[in-house]
Amino acid sequence: MTLKWPDFPSIKRREVPNYWDFLAFTVIIAIFIAIAQGARGMVAPLSPVEATPISLDYWNLPYYALRTTLRMFAALAASFVFTFTYATLAAKSRRAEMVLIPFLDVLQSVPVLGFLSFTVTFFMGLFPGSMMGAEAAAIFAIFTSQAWNMAFSFYQSLRTVPRDLEEVTRGFHLTGWQRFWFLEVPFAVPGLLWNTMMSMSGGWFFVVASEAISVGNTTIKLPGIGSYLALAIEQRNIYAVVAAVVAMFVVILIYDQLLFRPIIAWAGRFRVELSAGQSAEESWALRIFQRTRWLRSISDWIGQKFMWAAYWRLPAPFSKTLPNKGDKHLSRLLDVAWYAVITIVALYSIWQTYSFIATELSWGDAVEAISVTFVTMVRVVVLLALATLFWVPVSVWIGLRPRVAERLQPLAQFLAAFPVNVIFPIVVVGILYFHLNPDIWLSPLIILGTQWYIVFNVIAGASAFPNDLKEAAASFGAKGWQWWRDVILPGVFPYYVTGALTASGGSWNASIVAEYVRWGDDKVVAHGIGSYIAQATEAGDYPKIVLGIAVMSIFVIGFNRLLWRPLFGYAERRLRLN
Amino acid sequence: MSTLSATPLLEIRHVEQRYRGTSGDEGIVILDDANLSLYEGEIVGLLGRSGCGKSSLLRIVSGLARPSAGDVIYQGQPVTGPVNGIAMVFQSFALFPWLSVLENVEFGLRAMAVPEEEAHRRALSAIDLIGLDGFESAYPKELSGGMRQRVGFARALVVNPSILLMDEPFSALDVLTAETLRTDLLDLWCEGRMPIKSILMVTHNIEEAVLMCDRILILSSNPGRVASEITVTLKHPRHRLDPEFRQLVDTIYARMTQRPVTQPGREGHFPGMGFGMILPQVSTNTLAGLIEAVGAPPYNGKADMPEIARELQMEIDELFPAAETLQLLRFAEVEAGDLHLTPAGRKFADADVDVRKKLFGDHLLAYVPLAARIRRVLDERSTHQAPADRFAQELEDYMSDRAAESTLRSVTTWSRYGELFDYDEAARVFSLENPQ
Repeated sequence: MTLKWPDFPSIKRREVPNYWDFLAFTVIIAIFIAIAQGARGMVAPLSPVEATPISLDYWNLPYYALRTTLRMFAALAASFVFTFTYATLAAKSRRAEMVLIPFLDVLQSVPVLGFLSFTVTFFMGLFPGSMMGAEAAAIFAIFTSQAWNMAFSFYQSLRTVPRDLEEVTRGFHLTGWQRFWFLEVPFAVPGLLWNTMMSMSGGWFFVVASEAISVGNTTIKLPGIGSYLALAIEQRNIYAVVAAVVAMFVVILIYDQLLFRPIIAWAGRFRVELSAGQSAEESWALRIFQRTRWLRSISDWIGQKFMWAAYWRLPAPFSKTLPNKGDKHLSRLLDVAWYAVITIVALYSIWQTYSFIATELSWGDAVEAISVTFVTMVRVVVLLALATLFWVPVSVWIGLRPRVAERLQPLAQFLAAFPVNVIFPIVVVGILYFHLNPDIWLSPLIILGTQWYIVFNVIAGASAFPNDLKEAAASFGAKGWQWWRDVILPGVFPYYVTGALTASGGSWNASIVAEYVRWGDDKVVAHGIGSYIAQATEAGDYPKIVLGIAVMSIFVIGFNRLLWRPLFGYAERRLRLN
Repeated sequence: MSTLSATPLLEIRHVEQRYRGTSGDEGIVILDDANLSLYEGEIVGLLGRSGCGKSSLLRIVSGLARPSAGDVIYQGQPVTGPVNGIAMVFQSFALFPWLSVLENVEFGLRAMAVPEEEAHRRALSAIDLIGLDGFESAYPKELSGGMRQRVGFARALVVNPSILLMDEPFSALDVLTAETLRTDLLDLWCEGRMPIKSILMVTHNIEEAVLMCDRILILSSNPGRVASEITVTLKHPRHRLDPEFRQLVDTIYARMTQRPVTQPGREGHFPGMGFGMILPQVSTNTLAGLIEAVGAPPYNGKADMPEIARELQMEIDELFPAAETLQLLRFAEVEAGDLHLTPAGRKFADADVDVRKKLFGDHLLAYVPLAARIRRVLDERSTHQAPADRFAQELEDYMSDRAAESTLRSVTTWSRYGELFDYDEAARVFSLENPQ
């Protein structure tokens, strides 16, 4: 089994996009515009950095894989720092919350991949003449694919800390620091871990996409599997592509077995519901760790040091007073000031966005961007539907057979973590060879990596389906379509929505890579907002990049709010089985 | 331990707590002018049903919550935040699932920067005292409810508090486990093996209060107020079947079902009047079952409440609201700890399902203004539909939004049983039509 499914963000906010979303959206777009305009001046003097050239020698692959993995974990570390600060601030301060949360919500839907080239120029400026800039840009790109949902999950947990546990910490005078490490973080672990896992999957995808970055005419290739792949594509070396795929496969396997499974198994203790007998997660690596004496003593030592650090407190006397409820006037004054700041920033953003649109873009551009987004939307919807039709029955079949599910569930999770963009070139070779229509045959690529979310969620749903309901259905002789309609489909629906939601978001993001694929000098292009952004990026056409990203974000946000959240609300209310 | 010293350990003076609604400035009063002195060597029980503010009072004493008005004085100092000498045991145990038993017990000490060695030693001795040795390295998940609550006790005792607060500490446990734990705790208390000087406990179990406490404060509900005080002079160990014990239980039942003098009228038991009355959540099965039980031999229409509570295994938290709902609907009368059926109640007891439903519906319309109101609106409208939110908003003029929500839910359940009207949960709409 996998982690407990954390609840969907069921914050009591309205589902339809509201005023705050609009505000956050405008500010984010304005920031992009600012960066884009700043970047324009910086492209020219960017001196080509002396980098070690990438070689297609297979023996380099382990080293490249290591570099890629390190980049990945650096981004993960940054995501944790971001999560712990941003989400904590949002949860603890009412004023910060009203700004930070809509921001997070919008950022979750912005396809940052298209924005890589802007950030590169920015980071290159930070570290002139060294690879650090490109390195930082790549890490930042991965970070943007990981951080938002982790922060969201942490924020949710902070808001739902059980009241009695919170009272215990207050009764024992815990400092904020102590409470954070003893109550808030442990309580958040299950949800956070689940989201980290999702983030890692997205991260692998991005790390491959972000290692070879073109800025204007120069292409910077950071040593890594992504660059190796890019070079293999340039040189039309199919063997090297396969080697990269194999290397990636091994890396994900190692990471899955040695890191993630043990952590998931270990994290079982952080679930708050106090019932034993839940199917415990298994990990051979964790068992070795717990049973081998010297490994055990290492982990005990780490645990002790952690406790010591978590118990640390300023040698100051305990504050004995509860915050006074008075000082209303001051608070109201601060509110007014805060609203004023927000309004000024919003007005400035609107003005900047407006003037940018007025000078750089025409109505034709907007119409074009919107119409290609519709194409991509059709692609996403159709493929999700196809994947659903195919995978839901299969996954239900698997999930109802515990022994099969036990084996296949981790496999589906593994496949979800695998960055499918490494196998895109192979597909492209096929398309070129058979002269297929890219508008149709490139489409499956956007669901290739994300369909697994549907699979493992539905498997989990079917295996969690209560036995007594199964027996009741059987004893009343429910069969065929009636069985599907009345018994199992409602049973797995909440799980399906979780999976489909993730798959949908991932597919939108993947379209940037999947609708525009190269093989040597050949380009295979499908119509859609993904290829629109990818082509604009290649041409360095900043206004179009910003426009493309903005339009796509609006679609994704609309999709989430108008389709997935209501579905989720429905599943929560009506189909919850406990 | 009955030596009462002259100065109280803890004093609660004119404490008042208000629930702050979204709109109202004043808010709804939860606790009204609560006064209490806690002396060394006594166990004091706060007895009341849910909604009487007893848990709020306990949180105010512990410094976890600030009262809207009034003071709590502990050892001559006003309590303005969590105090060192006061520890709390929770109904839900409130253990950290990610910490082992030992770590849970050490927790309070180490948080206060007690050196690791000392914390360890003290935790082990507390674990020993409370009968948990051998379980030090277990995680709460692996323990039974009773063992978990022992961890809760050990964690509270290890910081050497002088006052132990207990928030319904046994109510989440099964009967047998609860009894064992109570006895063990009383033994430790009587033998003076715990560092604590006094215990203040919240309970809704009358027998538990009589079994453990030296003084019992009965709180009335809505707003919570100390209605009366009973001193228990029985010697430990006390026996439930002791006539004196039974007598005391009867007395308390009678006092708790007494109508408040200030609110005459038959609706007196529920806060609010008429339309704005807060209705308790009682299932129609419980109501019908209670009428049947009282109507049948050996009671034949008149039952002693403690007796029927024991027979039906109902906590007062269930029994009182059920009995008072019957009274509201004129199916029964509650008097001096007795429940006796009215003629309508007897008729209900003897009738078959359809007649019962009809009778119930009629009484609902006649005696619950909210039900009558909804029905009237539905009758008047041509669509025979009305949104629930409209009534919820009207109710919120009289009560908190949570109470409004639960009152509406109660009236919906009852009306469905009485077939007065139907409710569509997804659309939040009342309607006259029944599903086809």
